[in-house]
Amino acid sequence: MARTRPRVAIVGAGPAGAFAAACLLRARGDAEIDLFERLPTPWGLLRAGVAPDHQEIKRLQDAFDRTLKRGCRLFANVEVGVDVSHSELMRHYTAVIYATGAQTDKSLGIPGEDLLGSWAATEFVAWYNGHPDYRELQFDLSAQRAVVIGNGNVAADVTRMLTLSDAELKRTDMAGHALEALRESAIREVIVLGRRGPAQAAFTSAELRELGHLDGVDVRVESGEIELDGVSQQWLDEEGTFTARKNVELLREFAGRQARRDARRRIELRFLCSPVKIRGAGRVEAIDVRRNEIVRADDGSLRARALDDEPETIECGLVLRSVGYRAVPLPHVPFDERHFVLPNERGRVLTPEGQPLRGVYAVGWIKRGPTGILGTNKRDAEETVSSLVEDLHAAALTQPAAPDREQIDALLAERKPDVVSAEGWRAIDGDELARGRRKQRPRVKLASRSELLAAAAGSRSAAGSMDSAIT
Amino acid sequence: MSYVIVGSCIKDDACIEVCPVDCIHPKVGAPDFETAEQLYIDPQVCIDCDACVEACPVDAIFADFELPEKYGYALELNGQFFDERSTAERTAA
Repeated sequence: MARTRPRVAIVGAGPAGAFAAACLLRARGDAEIDLFERLPTPWGLLRAGVAPDHQEIKRLQDAFDRTLKRGCRLFANVEVGVDVSHSELMRHYTAVIYATGAQTDKSLGIPGEDLLGSWAATEFVAWYNGHPDYRELQFDLSAQRAVVIGNGNVAADVTRMLTLSDAELKRTDMAGHALEALRESAIREVIVLGRRGPAQAAFTSAELRELGHLDGVDVRVESGEIELDGVSQQWLDEEGTFTARKNVELLREFAGRQARRDARRRIELRFLCSPVKIRGAGRVEAIDVRRNEIVRADDGSLRARALDDEPETIECGLVLRSVGYRAVPLPHVPFDERHFVLPNERGRVLTPEGQPLRGVYAVGWIKRGPTGILGTNKRDAEETVSSLVEDLHAAALTQPAAPDREQIDALLAERKPDVVSAEGWRAIDGDELARGRRKQRPRVKLASRSELLAAAAGSRSAAGSMDSAIT
Repeated sequence: MSYVIVGSCIKDDACIEVCPVDCIHPKVGAPDFETAEQLYIDPQVCIDCDACVEACPVDAIFADFELPEKYGYALELNGQFFDERSTAERTAA
């Protein structure tokens, strides 16, 4: 009898992959779904991106974990393109959905960017969130002033992590190595630089509001900074979003506050200035910034244009650049080098000639670019999954050459004996939560591959050895 | 009373799907959906049925009388969103 159950591999177990799996289970209950993940743990930026003090958002993990209980299998610690190739996946699955995200950061393209002490904010984020590939990074926090470049939520997150007290950080699931380093931090002031003005800041008002309500932290906005130029005021009145108006309101409120002399730390938000050079002999000592003005571009968007003023030099010992994520090409899959996404139409990956590449799909940041928030991936997944379901319905997909589960299992057993299954992930999760309970923290993360794999392996041993894995 | 959505909303639309009176906005496809940082509950329409609270995967919805202090701003914010929206609609009309 012809085999009819579609077999789908999802590459990347971040939020986009997780929403795609859940959505596909709803749309095609008969689908056999295998979720591949490069790291030993699933859920991508929910675990390694979302700020550790936003534990309420991390609850989304429960919804994702439920997908694993409903028949979707997890193959974590397996890197597609390294441990198993794209063409091998195509031999074993009816369809492959790429959900690999945007794994690198955009650069500023200014001199001194690579000096010691100048980091992508995403590196700092991955480090404090216990991403195993980043735990060895050494952030020098011995200077009094840090500069954060960028005005989005990642910039807000790193600013909070640099200014929260040790007691507050201990209540989060921040990785132990980061907690220790930040405890000794000498940083007293964080200057956050926005290229454009207050009306264009990309913070959500929720994140901006948080910056203004940190215990013992003074937030400063110079009153001159919040006087909107004519172009911005007109934009705000006529086209401004609810969030943009709230942000301007909040910034005005911050600007009206009295300086607090008893503050432990200080955050200064500055607008309309772009970094032009990072200075230092061997390591960051200062950053030069130049004033901008807002102009309306031909396409109607509001852009920052550099003024002719002399740059100002701000002394600092740490620079975190937070100007956006960028996707990297995947082996043997088309890539749009201009937009840094897989070329696709409604999630169907396209060949360079613009034809659908049979059986290959994309979802999340690798599909649409690094935009939106967690829930955006749900709609994105619905679109991709509906394309896939249409193609299945139209019998437009090829039966895989090796369609039995046992065949991919055998291949992985040979290539990756330490693959982490859903059961392995539950063991890691249980171990981390148990460690957290002992320390009255939400979770104590295992932050190295070896610890994670050991905890996962505990699930494979007899029940008796579980106890030793937990301690 | 009314239910209130706070800033930890991730725009999962599970609440919209279960709301019996359609009081959670912006909805998928609305012009302001993509730019909205969160969803909001219209306090004039909400019937306090609790369905959205159950549906929210990140517990971002509270009854107004149980709103944690750190989210105190959210009650006014939810109402304001609809005030501004109706003004915008009147202006556009």
